[in-house]
Amino acid sequence: MASTDTTAKDGSDLAGLEAGLDALETVQTGRRPLRQTLVEKVLPPVVAVALVLGVWQALVSFRIVDDPTKLPSPGAVWDVVRQAWLQGELLGYIWTSVSRGLLGFFFALLIGTPLGLLVARVKFVRAAIGPILSGLQSLPSVAWVPPAVIWLGLNNQMMYAVILLGAVPSIANGLVSGVDQVPPLFLRAGRTLGATGLKGTWHIVLPAALPGYVAGLKQGWAFSWRSLMAAEIIASFPDLGVGLGQLLENGRNASDMAMVFEAILLILTVGIAIDLLIFSPLERWVLRSRGLLVKG
Amino acid sequence: MATTLAKAADGTEAATHAARIEHVSKWYPGPAGQQLVLDDISLDVAPGEFVTLLGASGCGKSTLLNLVAGLDRPSGGTITTDGRPALMFQEHALFPWLTAGKNIELALKLRGVAKGERRGRAEELLELVRLKGAYGKRVHELSGGMRQRVAMARALAQESKLLLMDEPFAALDAITRDVLHDELTRIWRETQLSVLFVTHNVREAVRLAQRVVLLSSRPGRVARQWTVDIPHPRRIEDTAVAELSVEITEQLRGEIRRHGQH
Repeated sequence: MASTDTTAKDGSDLAGLEAGLDALETVQTGRRPLRQTLVEKVLPPVVAVALVLGVWQALVSFRIVDDPTKLPSPGAVWDVVRQAWLQGELLGYIWTSVSRGLLGFFFALLIGTPLGLLVARVKFVRAAIGPILSGLQSLPSVAWVPPAVIWLGLNNQMMYAVILLGAVPSIANGLVSGVDQVPPLFLRAGRTLGATGLKGTWHIVLPAALPGYVAGLKQGWAFSWRSLMAAEIIASFPDLGVGLGQLLENGRNASDMAMVFEAILLILTVGIAIDLLIFSPLERWVLRSRGLLVKG
Repeated sequence: MATTLAKAADGTEAATHAARIEHVSKWYPGPAGQQLVLDDISLDVAPGEFVTLLGASGCGKSTLLNLVAGLDRPSGGTITTDGRPALMFQEHALFPWLTAGKNIELALKLRGVAKGERRGRAEELLELVRLKGAYGKRVHELSGGMRQRVAMARALAQESKLLLMDEPFAALDAITRDVLHDELTRIWRETQLSVLFVTHNVREAVRLAQRVVLLSSRPGRVARQWTVDIPHPRRIEDTAVAELSVEITEQLRGEIRRHGQH
């Protein structure tokens, strides 16, 4: 048969065959050119923002809404922002809120992570507080502001308490669903390699759950930010320093619609910026390194 | 039901058997009472022996492999292995958050290999499966055949005396599978491993094994065994392989046909 003829050079044949197959089946990936990135990723949101500004300006210019106390022009809002910048207050507003938000989020991370791990891995804990934890996610965190004010008074601790109550369930739930979605195959493979108990948790379960965890962090940040704004609006108190929420409330008290718009735009911008600068890159990195990011 | 899973047995028994399966049965609670999956299976794998377990769906061949791997416990009978066996799955089961090299290093780490030695050993193993440059590659950057070879290197990193393989090439295309058959045969002969290889592919069983064990279905029992003494290197299209495959297929069809009669 044919096999006897090929016996002698069988070894080197096999190596060559394999090298050929590997070369044929390996997908070549390159970086996307900068121009394409600009056209596909940057241009669309710029167009959308320009469109919104255009409609806004048109509403004012064509006197469709001609009461500046209801709708100030984009230029008026820009003036307020510029004034705040020139007076050196703008960064102060932003920093007051962002530092609170990030510190609160950091505490939420410290509490939410072990809590999520406990709920995911211990059956009794899951049965006991799992449903409450996911239920808490649907409770608007603004509901925590009145009790937090009564318990802690009008101070920074109250803000942090509200952030924690908003963000901890998101972070913990993200980790729980991350752990739940770990393919059983990884656990079996881990066990045959000797990763059981704590070793299994550290080497297999946690890294495998990372995508869900990061999604939870992202949502946790969104909840932190929202909770903080609610707390700052409701519990504005001069001694607390002016954050973006207080700025919004001050604008309302002064019936200064331009200031209200300024505050809303800043809240939105900061929320998006933190997501774009921290959480989205983190998520992309996690997904890309696992080949889970489909290039669109 | 005595269940002894010997850990790194150093007695005389370990020297004569890579795995010893004695009167093993397994049942699961089902809707109509207990469902018997494996019925009184006895099978030995000698050190360095290559055995394939062949059977149709429902013969419990994967269940048996899980029992030998220690992932599940038998309902009756005993399984003794010489140390913890390594296990390869139909899916590569490589961890996507690690590179190919780090996957192998994790296996070494969990086995207690010192930090300084892991990198070198991992590269040796990659070289053994002819993937010298793949150390830093992510799993998704590798083709199906390359992934299974990394998985094989990771299994070999465990330095087990017994390698269990659960249809490891079933999801690959025919050309790649054929190449990996040669590769597995080469590695088996170089390393003196014992292999227990599960498949439903008769030709694959004959091409690879020294002994083919046919299991009947529902419940799984050892129906018949063949010793394969066709010399290596074998090809899937060899006449001798084909002839034995025909004989085994006839028997397998007979086993399947019995289930349609009642």
